Amino acid sequence: MNTPAPIKAQSCADAPVLKERGQREVFCGLTGIIWLHRKMQDAFFLVVGSRTCAHLLQSAAGVMIFAEPRFGTAILEETDLAGMADANDELDREVARLLSRRPDIKQLFLVGSCPSEVIKLDLARAAERLTTAHAPHVRVLNYSGSGIETTFTQGEDACLAAMVPVLKDSQARELVLVGALPDVVEDQAITLLSEMGIGPIRVLPSSRAEGAPEIGENTVFACLQPFLGDTTAALERRGARRITAPFPFGEEGTTLWLRAIADEFGVDDATFARVTDAPRARARKAIENASAALRGKSVFFMPDSQLEIPLARFLTRECGMEAVEIGAPYIHRGLVGPDLALIPEGPRISEGQDVDVQLDRVRAARPDLTVCGLGLANPLEAEGLSTKWAIELVFTPVHFYEQAGDLAGLFSRPLRRRAILEQGAAR
Amino acid sequence: MKLTVWTYEGPPHVGAMRVATAMRGLHYVLHAPQGDTYADLLFTMIERRDHRPPVTYTTFEGRDLGADTAGIFRDTCCAAYERFVPQAMIVGASCTAELIQDDPGGLAETMGLPIPVIPLELPSYQRKENFGTDETFFQIVKALAKPMPRSAEVSVNLIGPLALGFRHRDDIEEIKHLLAQMGIAVNVVAPFGATPEDIARLGAAHANILMYPEHAEAAARHLERVCDQPYTKTVPIGVGATHDFVNELAQICGVEPQIDTTRLRQPWWSKSVDSTYLTGKRVFLFGDATHVHAAARIARDEMGFEVVGLGCYNREFARPIRALAKEFGLEALISDDYLAVEQAIEEAAPEMILGTQMERHIGKRLGIPCAVISAPVHVQDFPARYSPQMGWEGANVIFDTWIHPLVMGLEEHLLTMFREDFEFHDDAGASHHGGKAVAPTAPTPEVHERAQDTGSDVMVWLACAEKELKKIPFFVRGKAKRNTEKFAAERGMSEISVDTLYEAKAHYAR
Repeated sequence: MNTPAPIKAQSCADAPVLKERGQREVFCGLTGIIWLHRKMQDAFFLVVGSRTCAHLLQSAAGVMIFAEPRFGTAILEETDLAGMADANDELDREVARLLSRRPDIKQLFLVGSCPSEVIKLDLARAAERLTTAHAPHVRVLNYSGSGIETTFTQGEDACLAAMVPVLKDSQARELVLVGALPDVVEDQAITLLSEMGIGPIRVLPSSRAEGAPEIGENTVFACLQPFLGDTTAALERRGARRITAPFPFGEEGTTLWLRAIADEFGVDDATFARVTDAPRARARKAIENASAALRGKSVFFMPDSQLEIPLARFLTRECGMEAVEIGAPYIHRGLVGPDLALIPEGPRISEGQDVDVQLDRVRAARPDLTVCGLGLANPLEAEGLSTKWAIELVFTPVHFYEQAGDLAGLFSRPLRRRAILEQGAAR
Repeated sequence: MKLTVWTYEGPPHVGAMRVATAMRGLHYVLHAPQGDTYADLLFTMIERRDHRPPVTYTTFEGRDLGADTAGIFRDTCCAAYERFVPQAMIVGASCTAELIQDDPGGLAETMGLPIPVIPLELPSYQRKENFGTDETFFQIVKALAKPMPRSAEVSVNLIGPLALGFRHRDDIEEIKHLLAQMGIAVNVVAPFGATPEDIARLGAAHANILMYPEHAEAAARHLERVCDQPYTKTVPIGVGATHDFVNELAQICGVEPQIDTTRLRQPWWSKSVDSTYLTGKRVFLFGDATHVHAAARIARDEMGFEVVGLGCYNREFARPIRALAKEFGLEALISDDYLAVEQAIEEAAPEMILGTQMERHIGKRLGIPCAVISAPVHVQDFPARYSPQMGWEGANVIFDTWIHPLVMGLEEHLLTMFREDFEFHDDAGASHHGGKAVAPTAPTPEVHERAQDTGSDVMVWLACAEKELKKIPFFVRGKAKRNTEKFAAERGMSEISVDTLYEAKAHYAR
């Protein structure tokens, strides 16, 4: 097949990385709860934290669609901190109340926050204690979504990594797809792979606890998202083996990702072509239409969701854009290496953030499009720069062939809109 | 520890951000971990601000905790001063930094910056956002405003409006109109648009207009004490309150009250026959104390509604809101527990909610129309058009806003006449709200002798009575159901028949 061999020294794989440290305009890992709680339908996410944590979840969620959502915050109060009340007793009481009100909950995640970590509240022990107390009906797990340990999408990684040790053992040769995607996209992936004769296919996280995948030395897995480093390590500790590939964004990324899995399962070229040719052609056509406004334009990625490197690969190779800077909160070469190797050298690769210094670089470069968080978008627009809010890339179905055009469209819409308004004003 | 699903208020440092973001030439250095920067988007997205909030976060990480987080704070403070060159700085800690006890105020003091540096003590585990706004503004005023000669002309300060406030931007303009009528000059508006230099000039005014007590009462009291400036106690939201405000201000300033109501339409709109249908509409009020207080008076005296429940989420104002509720023959709901508010509304079964964006969701769930009267805010609460709550135009705006969610007068009659009509039916909602026309849900076949949905444990609606109940239009059905059950309960009846329904109707007729 047409797997492009990475061209050494001419790709970003060997480019120097500008490491920065300073103010970060990035969410903490708690934010992942907003999509995880929709994906895992019998799970409840209980943040043990402060009013700030509760406010973040509410503000980042944007709208409060659910009268009683499957997440909440156990807010630490003065009495918990002053040792006047035993925080563990308090937590046990709140959990018991919650579970009695919500009998539909099968998995409870105790989510650590900055304050719970600073006061060294042992949520791992609390989870063990509560699992015993509420067995067999509810399993209680814990992970940290704190800003001092995790950045934005790392929260999902921490959550999935916490689930891995309790997955059942299995010696079956199975494929596990790792990462929480909207159902429509997940189904597309499963359909494509099934049509090649690959199976059984499991997903982590599953929508319900009883559907959780089983893991063992014959398990192979592929990540759907580029931020699942700890989950990968946890699965590998269980003996599972990862299939390495670029991430399934755009026609090229999807094809390379599918091809790597197909190779693992010995799918021949004819079968692969039979399954993928039609959707590949559709994806190419859709990208061509949606990327018209992007060709020849420059793009600057501020660090945000960890999707920056795979998306830069998509925009530079499939949409004809030129990347000025690709910033990521952190770079996990084991995961994003294949994408990085496909990006032609040129862009500055940066890791971490000192936001004011980086904004100086944005202003100097005046890119045609800046991909950034919601806190920066309107201020940059007011300076005459077009922006794409990064959070939409996490909330919208953008993976695989059928969404490739939509993905290009997410980036082109701000540019098209600016052009329309400028034309209108000139009339 | 307290389980919270949705919150009415953020942490107190977000209150400090609202003050800082409203001002110019002030910078806030906040000792905080990564993630706390989420608060920036409240301002840039909800309020569509075209500048980042003037806040620098230290962004310390887990690995810094054993090391020198105080050093990170000092470096950040220096860098922020050099980059932004503000006239003054406020420094403080978010909830996590409060735990590591680096004392940002003490650290900043030793740095010898050539500008006033104001330390903030905002206890994150005890207090909330509105405490943060009030305390921050008070500390800024205390540090910068000193007694000084009064302006030659009669002038006042407008204090309280800030960032992310419910219509603060437009309320300022409306108050300026009222003042212009009376020949009173505006000395300073603060925090909204003020610089630290402006704060230093506050003492030149003859009095303060306290627009929002929850954000500036501490500052108003301080200025009364230190600068001998009286402040207004009436918040001019509603026609009656605006008249009272003008009279109060005239007295404080020693000028003649001047009132020009040529732009005021609300009283006639309320008197006109189309508004007859508003009579006795049962409303539930919930929000911040200032807006609930004003809304209660408008609802009863200017709209002819019946207030069936009221409360506020900012506990600092529990006492006046309890007194207000008593005046209305009610028990006030003082709570920041969203589920408790939802339960209270469900029990009161009002025909309309006047609340916050949170109550809009409650209303959606319970099928009760809701108009928003107070923060916490949403992007929709920052309309492009001029839309004050205060003064004469504010009264006009409130009339329109409150009746918008309701089914209008004539439509109400049509719904009653054609209750089984394919277009006019329960699931369709008010016709001016757009949205796709929905087909009526198919009637459920009557298989049960007795209906299941009783609303109480012992009382049973007979199937025929329940069918009759369904013929009553949806916007009054809740009231009819509740009244009937109350009527039956008072008479110790365990079954509700069609007769019970109509006896109750006659009993409660007005």
